[in-house]
Amino acid sequence: MGRHNFGYFVHEGLSNMFSHGFMSFAAIGITVACLLIMGTFTLVAVNANSLLKDLEQENEILAYVEDGYDEYETRALQKKLEEVSNVASVTYISRQEAMEAFLEDYPEEEMFQDLDPQILQDRFSIKIYDLNQISQTAQQVRNMEGVADVNAYEDVAGGFITVRNVASVVCIALIVILFVVSVFIISNTIRLTTFDRREEIAIMRMVGATNGFIRWPFVYEGFMIGFLGAVIAFLFQWGLYEAVAQGVSSNDALQLIDVIPFQELWKPVAATFSVAGILVGVGGSLSAIRKFLLV
Amino acid sequence: MIRLKDVEMVYDNGTKAIQGITLTIEDGEFVFLVGPSGSGKSTIIKLLTGEVEPCSGRIMINGFSTSNISERQIPQMRRTLGVIFQDFRLIEKKTVYDNLAFVMRAVGASSKEIRKRIPYVLELVDLEKKANSYPTELSGGEQQRVAIARALVNNPETVIADEPTGNLDPERSLELMDLLVKINELGTTMVVVTHEKNLVDRFGKRVVTIDSGHVINDSVGGYVGGHIHG
Repeated sequence: MGRHNFGYFVHEGLSNMFSHGFMSFAAIGITVACLLIMGTFTLVAVNANSLLKDLEQENEILAYVEDGYDEYETRALQKKLEEVSNVASVTYISRQEAMEAFLEDYPEEEMFQDLDPQILQDRFSIKIYDLNQISQTAQQVRNMEGVADVNAYEDVAGGFITVRNVASVVCIALIVILFVVSVFIISNTIRLTTFDRREEIAIMRMVGATNGFIRWPFVYEGFMIGFLGAVIAFLFQWGLYEAVAQGVSSNDALQLIDVIPFQELWKPVAATFSVAGILVGVGGSLSAIRKFLLV
Repeated sequence: MIRLKDVEMVYDNGTKAIQGITLTIEDGEFVFLVGPSGSGKSTIIKLLTGEVEPCSGRIMINGFSTSNISERQIPQMRRTLGVIFQDFRLIEKKTVYDNLAFVMRAVGASSKEIRKRIPYVLELVDLEKKANSYPTELSGGEQQRVAIARALVNNPETVIADEPTGNLDPERSLELMDLLVKINELGTTMVVVTHEKNLVDRFGKRVVTIDSGHVINDSVGGYVGGHIHG
């Protein structure tokens, strides 16, 4: 048995699949459901992560300098701020510059145009490395001598971190649970096929068929169930994602959330679904056929 | 050649099926293996086909030693054997042709080899006109001849027939036995397990009688019954 009889194995795999149409349909359905749930949570986690990255890029802690600090003292304070462990960069913004930036943001508001910069404070814009530690860093800055007040959007960052962490944990737990469920159901589907063909398998073994030859049609059957499930799940995921993205972008309350376009995600989603579907299918078929290959 | 040396077989439930059997069957021989139910005949077949391993002793089959055979070698060993069962064990949803083709495919035969070999074997068992029939459309005798064709199609060195006439009437049994003798005359070693005394006596071949896991007689000619007690 040197060569791999691809055509024969595929034909046998397909005929196994169709001979138990309902069970195959159920196995494909459960694979689709599992991949879809898994994919949805993963995509939520990916989007939350992306939002966090954006937030990390954009997020700054504003540390206001106490009135009366001269240039020398302000420089010394900047040096101390730069030494804080989670701090990436510290930029000094004078009250004059702050006013200019403020006016740039509201060019249409005439009543702001004549404001005196003295009503604002000199400040430092502090960028940080790790958003998870924003509270601790803000506290450290707050405690420094010369810092009058600190403005950090800790609640917003905390909210995103919670979403990401929950989505990640749920995602991992679901992946494990759904993987086991899928393998179990596909395994039982194929076990039904093997049970139906036990006489054939016994005769094949008796005439000297290798375990590989007996196993391949069932592996192809599992492969086809898994792959078909992955393709269908991918199409559903695509539709679902676009619908949710549409909903988010048209909802004023969710303007802060910038959903990653599916065009940027479809390749990893397709690859992950295919690999997961095929693994589940082939794993299920191998576990089903194992006991028929003893002796 | 088949050789059993001091073979013992005890099942997990404690049944001593084979108790120190030593037996040699030369290439090209025709041997009847006879004995009452529960005597150990079926266990000998299972030992020969590698379905079970002996607890002690050595078994050599067509150049393979089953006592130290690797898992990968078991299929190779089985390809030297053709097995015929009492209940035929044909695949009902496959035609006669496909029943034979699938066992050839199982050992890696090409489509060309299959197309060449099957008509020859069907002619040997006089079923060339039934190639496209399904097993359920055939008589018991014809089904058993398909089973014989299937055992022969991969050109084995030895054919083991387990009660091949068990489901046939006396006339069909005789025809079938004639066919097995004919196949043996073409050079295939033939081991026929049976308990039909009339058939055994009629053919005058070597008869090995088993009882309670022992060989109680090994001679040419006829059936020797009896039991060993104690």
